[in-house]
Amino acid sequence: MKTVEEIKAAIEAAVPGAGVEVMQNPGPSGQHSLLLKPEHALEVAKFLHDDAELALDHLSNVTGVDWPDKEIAEKVKVTRQVTKSVDGVEQTVEETVEETRKRVEPGYLEVVYHLFSVAKKHGPVVLRQRTQNRSDKVEVPSLTPLWRSAEFQEREIFDLFGIVFTGHPDLRRILMWDGFKDHPMRKDYVEPDDFEYEPTAHDEVLKRAQEHRARAGAAVGEGAGQ
Amino acid sequence: MTNSATQSAINTQVEGWNRPREIEPDGDNELLEVAMGPHHPSTHGVFRMDVALDGERIIRLKPVFGYLHRNHEKLGEGQTYLASIPYTDRLDYICSLTNNWAYALAVEKLGGIEVPERAEYLRVIVGELTRVQNHALSVGFLIQDMGASGTPLMYAFREREKILDLFEQLTGSRMMCNYMRFGGCRVDASAEWLDGVRKVVAGLPAFADEYEALLCTNEILMARTQGVGILPPELAVNAGATGPLLRASGVNYDLRKVDHYSIYDRFDFKVPLGDHGDVYDRFMIRLLELRQSIWILEQALKDIPGGPIMDPKAKIRGFRPKPGEAYGRIEAPKGELGFYLISDGGPNPYRYRVRPPSLINLTVLEDMCLGQNVADVVLILGSVDIVLGEVDR
Repeated sequence: MKTVEEIKAAIEAAVPGAGVEVMQNPGPSGQHSLLLKPEHALEVAKFLHDDAELALDHLSNVTGVDWPDKEIAEKVKVTRQVTKSVDGVEQTVEETVEETRKRVEPGYLEVVYHLFSVAKKHGPVVLRQRTQNRSDKVEVPSLTPLWRSAEFQEREIFDLFGIVFTGHPDLRRILMWDGFKDHPMRKDYVEPDDFEYEPTAHDEVLKRAQEHRARAGAAVGEGAGQ
Repeated sequence: MTNSATQSAINTQVEGWNRPREIEPDGDNELLEVAMGPHHPSTHGVFRMDVALDGERIIRLKPVFGYLHRNHEKLGEGQTYLASIPYTDRLDYICSLTNNWAYALAVEKLGGIEVPERAEYLRVIVGELTRVQNHALSVGFLIQDMGASGTPLMYAFREREKILDLFEQLTGSRMMCNYMRFGGCRVDASAEWLDGVRKVVAGLPAFADEYEALLCTNEILMARTQGVGILPPELAVNAGATGPLLRASGVNYDLRKVDHYSIYDRFDFKVPLGDHGDVYDRFMIRLLELRQSIWILEQALKDIPGGPIMDPKAKIRGFRPKPGEAYGRIEAPKGELGFYLISDGGPNPYRYRVRPPSLINLTVLEDMCLGQNVADVVLILGSVDIVLGEVDR
């Protein structure tokens, strides 16, 4: 089978301006991936599906990955002017100080596709798509029109990660119920407090039970431990 | 075959060719909407199909999942690589050993771990025993769903019991085996155990003969299953169907042959294929695969070497693979079972994904059922062979 670099070249010959990026996998499995741009994702996918040499007709696995905002602390050398008294005379001196600055790298949600070929019996070719952020711009184009196997798996990603697939024929929650609000597979998901705390004599349990009762109203938790 | 190949080239150019077709109700019958399940015994668990019926005909079918959802993937992210192995047993609880195998394979790819030869042989032996009991059982349940209460299923259970006794002797548990580790297997098989396997395997061909003589030419079975629930090969490939469901449609794709994983290259076996892609073909493929598995078992039991069962360099406790990712897959009895893992260098996987064959094989359930009678839905679902522990995860 072709290497990722060769596949990238073939894609760029067939779809001008596709802007595919090779993502190196540092691990020993050697499954490098191709990052697609959302505006060309369907064209590129169609090429991979229809190309006679690649013939990637089997979309095996579709999954989401959550990459939250990362706070990166960097040490930066800063030169600034300091007023000092040198030999009893006030002077303005330039001084280099090391300072720790914090920078937030914005997070994103990612969809990973593993493609194989049933006709040629090769694979995997790994594709990735990224959303712009994790809150309001979470759309990526759906590949379900090309590979039907993405239908339930993209619904699952929509359900558990909250990625919206434009062009999906039936985008509904699949595992959680329809009235459910959050996306449980995100890294910052907090479990809802819907337990009945048994008021055992542990301080932290009693405290949680008290908070829970205050939140949920007096009706919940009454009678527990009687 | 050339004809259907050119046909598929034409078909796939039309947009929406892979969607379920629209069926118009005939006459002025009112549509009846029925929720089949979640507690219907034929759904093999808690699974619901919202069906619209025109008389007896299926006009629409929407599967509803999630009754057994426990977010297995989130659990996997919250614990170490080793701690996930017992959890994989609970995915497809009929075939816990192949689940272990797929997970161990993915972690071995992620960490670049080698597996000693004897461990590979043990994996093949327990894996193929799992396939034998799964196929016998799924055929038994299919016939049970058809109305033949008891007899074929009890025949299957009789053989399965012998195999589960072997699993219990080897691993300490009948169903939740927790046997494989990345880099090998947990315990070595004794010579007595291998003799016990030889004894059971020697009895399996007679069971297959008996099962086939009982079922294959049964008039009612043929009338109920032939031409029912046809799945065209182009759609099967496009919808990601794998395992016996795909091969019954005539597509030659068996990961044991394609991926050359483990030591399957050393064994001589054939991949049975169907012609029509109907329920009867799926039933027949399972019986034929059962025979091939017996043949693989005989070969493996003949040449199993001595030696270590664990890679001495593999670190099981406190295992921290280097950052990277890997997708590993095997041919599980129900289809392609894959695990996708991302490591960030920590003791827990950053992302732990199960590619469940049962869920993805259900993508085409509606296509197979449209236009069929409501009684056939039970058979078509039975012929897909699902386990809800894996569908919902």
